[in-house]
Amino acid sequence: MATLTPNPKVNHIGLPILEYRGAKSTLCAGCGHNAISERIIDAMFEMGVEPERVMKMSGIGCSSKSPAYFMGRAHSFNGVHGRMPATATGAILGNHLLTTLGVSGDGDTASIGMGQFAHLMRRNLPMIYIIEDNGVYGLTKGQFSATADLGSRLKTGVINDLPGIDTCALAIQLGATFVGRSFSGDKKQLLSMLKAAIAHKGTVMLDVISPCVTFNDHEGSTKSYKFMQENDEPINELGFVASFDDIDVDYDSGEIYEVEMHDGSNLRLRKLLEDYDPTDKANAVRTLMEAEEKDEILTGVFYINTEKETFIDQLNLVDEALGSLPESVTKPPKSVLDGLMASLR
Amino acid sequence: MATGDLALGLDQGTQSTQKRISNDFSIKVATVNGSGSQSANSVLLKSIFGMGVPVSGKNLFPSNIAGLPTWFLIRASKDGYVARKRDPEVLVSLNPDTAREDVMELPVGGVAIYEENLKLDQVRSDVVFYPVPFDKITATICPEAKLRKLVKNMVYVGAVAQLLSVDLGVVESGLRKQFAKKQKVFDLNFGAVKAGFDYAAEHLTKEDPYFIEPMNQTAGKIIIDGNAAAAMGAVFAGVTVVAWYPITPSTSVIEATTDLLKKFRVTPEGKASFAVVQAEDELAAIGMVLGAGWAGARSMTATSGPGISLMAEFTGLGYYAEIPGVIFDVQRTGPATGMPTRTQQSDLLFVAFLGHGDTKHVVLLPGSVKECYELGYAAFDLAERLQTPVFVLSDLDLGMNNWMSEPFEYPEKPLDRGKVLTAEDLERLGSFARYRDVDGDGIGWRTLPGTPHPKASYFTRGSGHNDAAIYTEKPDEYQAGMERLVRKFEGARKLVPGPVVVKDGTSKIGFIAYGTTDFALRESLDQIKKEYGQDVDYLRIRAFPFAQEIADFVATHERVYVVEQNRDGQMASLLKLDLPAEQVTKLRSILHYNGLPVDARTITEQFATKESL
Repeated sequence: MATLTPNPKVNHIGLPILEYRGAKSTLCAGCGHNAISERIIDAMFEMGVEPERVMKMSGIGCSSKSPAYFMGRAHSFNGVHGRMPATATGAILGNHLLTTLGVSGDGDTASIGMGQFAHLMRRNLPMIYIIEDNGVYGLTKGQFSATADLGSRLKTGVINDLPGIDTCALAIQLGATFVGRSFSGDKKQLLSMLKAAIAHKGTVMLDVISPCVTFNDHEGSTKSYKFMQENDEPINELGFVASFDDIDVDYDSGEIYEVEMHDGSNLRLRKLLEDYDPTDKANAVRTLMEAEEKDEILTGVFYINTEKETFIDQLNLVDEALGSLPESVTKPPKSVLDGLMASLR
Repeated sequence: MATGDLALGLDQGTQSTQKRISNDFSIKVATVNGSGSQSANSVLLKSIFGMGVPVSGKNLFPSNIAGLPTWFLIRASKDGYVARKRDPEVLVSLNPDTAREDVMELPVGGVAIYEENLKLDQVRSDVVFYPVPFDKITATICPEAKLRKLVKNMVYVGAVAQLLSVDLGVVESGLRKQFAKKQKVFDLNFGAVKAGFDYAAEHLTKEDPYFIEPMNQTAGKIIIDGNAAAAMGAVFAGVTVVAWYPITPSTSVIEATTDLLKKFRVTPEGKASFAVVQAEDELAAIGMVLGAGWAGARSMTATSGPGISLMAEFTGLGYYAEIPGVIFDVQRTGPATGMPTRTQQSDLLFVAFLGHGDTKHVVLLPGSVKECYELGYAAFDLAERLQTPVFVLSDLDLGMNNWMSEPFEYPEKPLDRGKVLTAEDLERLGSFARYRDVDGDGIGWRTLPGTPHPKASYFTRGSGHNDAAIYTEKPDEYQAGMERLVRKFEGARKLVPGPVVVKDGTSKIGFIAYGTTDFALRESLDQIKKEYGQDVDYLRIRAFPFAQEIADFVATHERVYVVEQNRDGQMASLLKLDLPAEQVTKLRSILHYNGLPVDARTITEQFATKESL
């Protein structure tokens, strides 16, 4: 397996990790979201992404506040509830050359934002979409969200009597090309997954279980630290080797599913679930559905497709960012108007 | 109209005592939706235009794919009036379902050209009837049965041309233009026109007074619909990202924009310098527009009332987070689904304040196809200059109907991309605060994502923020931001298109209107002058926030009639909010809101009643 790049003082583009930090978090101490922010900082730093070449997009909720707490050097757009996909789509059309990272929550995605989420997945827009998933509404003090599992219990004793929506199965079915689930408490898995996500071209959808220490971390919750530590069933172990890494590791090819990423890096998935093929879409959905029936929380990379055209490919855009095209390109000359006028006489 | 003389003439069966009425009447063509009557209607309209006669057309169509009744109004007017005429004099009746009703609506002395087997001449006796066996004629010239429904419409064009003295040569050249590369289609269609023409010449005796006579009033002019014109405005303003959701009557804005972009904005390598996205709904469409505007792209959407309702949330964000974007609202009849294929000016108040909290928007109000182009263009400059969503309020009448116009002029001055800091600027300045009013105009400087400078970023949010774009709940910081937004909006009064003072003489009475009401009001003012001897003043509003000239106009008149096409007097209400208290009582409303475009006579009558004339 590839080992993590040891943290040098600066990364391969010469920036210290400090340049990837954001403002101080105002979320609760111990909130899973803070750990995710830390992993994003690590991943962006280790991948040597220029902070100014990143757009951070979010909706509304605890999760959607978190882009303020990492990568202060990147532009950020905290929009309206459940509509991050739309602003992200617009922003990417305005500048498709940047890395776009969207942060949403389970309420922001699976309830109010379900429509836009579905259509974003369908377009395979090149971006990373992270659901910081705690199964509960934090800012309004602890109501169930649509990803809360059937039978899970609120602190107040209220039992959830509706099935949770599996955003991963949905994303795979709808057309996302990199779909995985992780846990905010699993540093290693989450970091590798985020690094691979940065390398992927297309929509990456990561559902990251992120316990809410205030409203959903008690006995009876299926999104608590304890429950995840006991029930997390990884289907594969991730090893990510960036294109600029010079690491050669021996591995048993029979146990590894190797994916060559678009930027030349490698994602090596050690199979923990027998013969799991992450490029088999139907099997991925079936595996997730079967796990649900067995009350298992699967994590890992469920599905990856490095071949499918992205929305930007389909639009056949020019190589420059649309938002910075000069007037000489965007404003047709007078002869065009004259021709149109002549045709209308 | 000389109806008395005409009735006498009819009794005697001669034309001798009739007064000839040339280039001053309206034709109503009654057909069935989906029967392909559009191109025939268009050919007739363009033929009259081709004879140099000022002409306008209105399609009164149902919200239906096929089968329901549809009417097309063509008005020829030597005086250049292009508004709807309330009582069209000439009826072409091709729809059995509405035939009786259509004939009953004709004024005394009117004309009915109709399918012979409908036997409409039994319905009343005070109009001139021209029976034409359209089906029989069509069957003779068009062996292919499935094409007959379409071809029949061209037969009517021929019959009408003969009866009204429309030059057959002009019809022919119009058809040739329409079917430029399709000789066979041209042959079939012109054959149909000719058959209708010949039938009328041979079997019908002219008994009515209506004629089209050549004039020289359309030379150099173009014919275009408002939506196509708005699309041109957008494309010449360099629109780059278009996100939309289909809705009548705005869809053709996007279709026309897309066509133009595909023609003129593809690089020699075949790459697109634009993106058009059909979104999942209007929520997403406007979200994409704002996302793109934030990233520096000129972006737009087009919609109508129901879509505007869905856009309320995002436009509020656009206002508070100060993000440019252009929204074309082609208004239709509300409330709710309303009448999707009928016109109204009833989104004004909603749009002006769209969004919760203290929110107000720049709204442009084109009053002609040329202004759809010009204000459509200006909206993009204003949106980026003011860093805010800008609305262009057109309506179905303007957007979907064909209008004569002077040709559009090329915008020679460069695009105004507003206040954007580059990496070099930041290097020089050392830092920047996104919402700081450094210039005293209420407009901060922004940076675009991807600007290669460590100090370039800021955090865009709809939550309370201070001038450095940092989250705040501090009372003074929040309030300072809201006050700056007011300063910006006040400044917009001088940046938006000013009103057109059509006439400002010595009258104590002033009129105010906007958008398509202008067409009918101009005609009404002539009626008022001619019939009541009152030479009143008129100002046409072209934007909100209001320029100072509007308050000045109200101040110098005793009574000001605000004419508009909605029930609640929305422009009058908006003016009342803006005018000094002592001016407010001067305003009174003349309203028309039945879904049809307002006509001059309706305005004149309401005015006469209110003035007790």
